[in-house]
Amino acid sequence: MLDLFLTFLKIGTVSFGGGYGMISVLSEEVIKHGWLSEQQLLSFIAVSESTPGPVAINMATFIGASQGGAIIGGVFGSLLGAILATLAVVLPAFIIILVIAALIRGVLKYAGVQAVLAGIRPVVIGLIIGTAINLFISVVIGVSKVTDTPNFDWRALTIFFLIVAVYFSSSLIFKKKISPILLILISAFLGIVFYGFLGFL
Amino acid sequence: MKKSKMFFLLFITMFKIGLFTFGGGYAMVSVIERELVEKKKWVNHEEFLNILAIAESTPGPHAVNTSTYIGYKCAGFFGAFFATLGVVLPSLIIIFCISLFFDKFMSLTYVRYAFYGISACVVFLILSAGIKLFKHLKFNIFNTVIAVIVAVLMVTFSLLSIGFSSIYFIIIGGGIGLIFYLITLFVSLKKFKPKGEKLIFDNGSIVKKELNKTPEEKESEKDA
Repeated sequence: MLDLFLTFLKIGTVSFGGGYGMISVLSEEVIKHGWLSEQQLLSFIAVSESTPGPVAINMATFIGASQGGAIIGGVFGSLLGAILATLAVVLPAFIIILVIAALIRGVLKYAGVQAVLAGIRPVVIGLIIGTAINLFISVVIGVSKVTDTPNFDWRALTIFFLIVAVYFSSSLIFKKKISPILLILISAFLGIVFYGFLGFL
Repeated sequence: MKKSKMFFLLFITMFKIGLFTFGGGYAMVSVIERELVEKKKWVNHEEFLNILAIAESTPGPHAVNTSTYIGYKCAGFFGAFFATLGVVLPSLIIIFCISLFFDKFMSLTYVRYAFYGISACVVFLILSAGIKLFKHLKFNIFNTVIAVIVAVLMVTFSLLSIGFSSIYFIIIGGGIGLIFYLITLFVSLKKFKPKGEKLIFDNGSIVKKELNKTPEEKESEKDA
């Protein structure tokens, strides 16, 4: 449990760029610790995205609850895990913002600080895109390293492209970005169709 | 206003925002703006833009950063505490309840199929979030090269199963930003020294042109 707390403390300290910025570090840590499989992680992200509240908090609570349930067991274990992980992910941000608000209001105006942030910003974006590519390779081609035997999943690839098509056609037709929740619901339906009803293919 | 009443108001307002806002970060920040800047007028617009810049430049969830700052501004440490508690609590309660029956839910065959489909969608959501952030970033060689190199290295390391934490990328990125800035500073300082002038003179006009141009270019990049 201490490990859970410390890991989320670490995640909270380095996750620049909000929820999605957190995903690269989070998925690394979670898979390294063997807390979740990649498939579980993706379902957790989907649930965090489609429930209210900050995505980062939702993910921390979710993983904390599932780990607490696994380590200590029972409802109490889940609750303790959820609280610990959430507290850990919030604490660094809370302290840093307090320090900035109370003591060093101008700290972000210093050119040196700005220079460091200017270097971090593109890195975070590279990490998010890199994470997406890694997950794509693992979901569609079925490998997580070069030595794995490929297990190509044409269903996942088809669903991926259908989702891309829905996304772009909706922004073309309705001139409005489709909400992630609706996209998730559509993909759930496609999943049932492709893996369930078309499972014989 | 009495302090205890302010704590309660902060807590309730942020709780409502946490409970009814889907989509995290940016969606949340715009609701916070509507509630606290336009309706309640607890912070003015300029201050809010300032808070946004701070939230984006500090680690952690944007919603937490924003509510901590606003809470502190309105009612000090406990204001920050109650505002943050308010924004986090709905997530904690909802997700905790979901987690209790999630495993049973996932053991249903068709639910599993649905989540296979959702996996592909989540990959797309992450990718589009990355691309959207990239579009918001000022387009220049420095940003593009760093983002591409990091993405390529990350995929390569993962495929070759080389353990290299994302945290190192972030630290190195910050270091590169700082070095880049110091070089720019050094070059622009040198320009004003007589010694530098002589150097330019010795090497001819092309060098002078370059020296004059580079700091400005870098300056404008930095402003992004």
